[in-house]
Amino acid sequence: MFWRIVWIVARKDLAIEARSRELINTTIFFALSCVVVFSVSFVGEGGDGRAIGDAAAGILWVAIAFSGTLALGRTFERERYGDTLRALLMAPGSRAAIYVGKLVGIVALLIATEIIVVPLIALLFQAKLFEHMLLTSALLVFGTVGFATVGTLFAAMLARARSRDVLLPILLYPVTIPVMIAGVRGTSALLAVEPQLDMARLWVMLLLAFDVVFVTLALWTFESLMTE
Amino acid sequence: MSVDFVDLSIRELSRNFGRRRALSRVTLDCHAGEILGLLGPNGAGKSTLLAIVSTLAMASSGEVRYGGRTAREAGAVLRSKIGVLSHDLHLYPELTALENLEFFGRLYGLAGPGNVAAEALERARLGDRGADLVSDFSRGMRQRLALERALLHNPRLLLLDEPFTGLDDASTYALIARLRELRSSGCITLLATHDLDVAEAVLDRAVILQDGRISGSEPEVHGLRKRYQERLQAGAAS
Repeated sequence: MFWRIVWIVARKDLAIEARSRELINTTIFFALSCVVVFSVSFVGEGGDGRAIGDAAAGILWVAIAFSGTLALGRTFERERYGDTLRALLMAPGSRAAIYVGKLVGIVALLIATEIIVVPLIALLFQAKLFEHMLLTSALLVFGTVGFATVGTLFAAMLARARSRDVLLPILLYPVTIPVMIAGVRGTSALLAVEPQLDMARLWVMLLLAFDVVFVTLALWTFESLMTE
Repeated sequence: MSVDFVDLSIRELSRNFGRRRALSRVTLDCHAGEILGLLGPNGAGKSTLLAIVSTLAMASSGEVRYGGRTAREAGAVLRSKIGVLSHDLHLYPELTALENLEFFGRLYGLAGPGNVAAEALERARLGDRGADLVSDFSRGMRQRLALERALLHNPRLLLLDEPFTGLDDASTYALIARLRELRSSGCITLLATHDLDVAEAVLDRAVILQDGRISGSEPEVHGLRKRYQERLQAGAAS
């Protein structure tokens, strides 16, 4: 029952997105703009054309965070338009399943964005993001899940608030700082001249631990937070 | 476990938003096959009352019993017996009419959501518009579709918040006819409205809410408009 509702909600979100392509286009365009602008600032014109320090890792996660915030806001704007979030919450069965369904839709959207952004960063910053594909993928997936877990909860809570666009980043960024730090440090470890694989694995495990904590807290609190 | 019920009992229900009291010790009962009107000016507490009865909001004190059980005792499955329609229509404009109904049918775990959705479309007199996006519909068409969406799972309790807003005469008569059908089938209907002409046409009885309190009970709806205005004037004078 739980996973059936998750699938129904996620499939609905993906069907709407496949039809309108509003979020995916906006999110990807925003993320690409971020990367291109930063690449102009951080990649030296002379010499070997390499970026300064850990710029590539930082810019990858800044692009994920900013475009993720945009996607979160717009996703729940759709639910606000016809007050459909209330209709979802009125369905019998676990309200936490509605939350997980929304989360799956947002994670899918962000991963689609990352599939475009990561090769662009690798190209512009000459970053070896594909040399350790498994670890890079693990960092991106676990980091995205952690960010989206908190973001989906806050965006759902704020869906009916008047200042939701201002409040979402104010609430979201401080709470997701551990995820961002783990993502940046893990990616930097992989992009070092001598890749530090053990360090990257440690950050992956830390991200996994954050995800477990955040998902547990979100599932535990969602129903009571959404009941006015 | 069966969650069906034939009466709704609201006892001493209060709700505070900070220091503001939106509902104050509201008590009322409603039975199967009855349409009870909630009348009152803006901010009287009608929508708050409906939100609590729908399980979307919590009461500060008091309780709502659905055939003797509270929402907590009955569990999430109770929501399969409650239908809600407000002036926000709870529809996705990016989906077609049929996709909207099928989505909610699946969400409610209905057997054969495609067939159920097709039948609901016919009842909404939109059988030939199932493949059209809801964003292309007029307000009246959306309202008819939204009502059938709220009734898709055959709820025992129907909560309507200003369902006649923006409807033309034909759509209003159609909605009144549908509500009478539901009364015959044993549905409990709570209807919050400002439209007293419609209220007289469809309600069995009414309660008047003012400042979160029940200021009057109307067991007979004939001549409701005059009595309602007198009560509001008396309330304003006091």
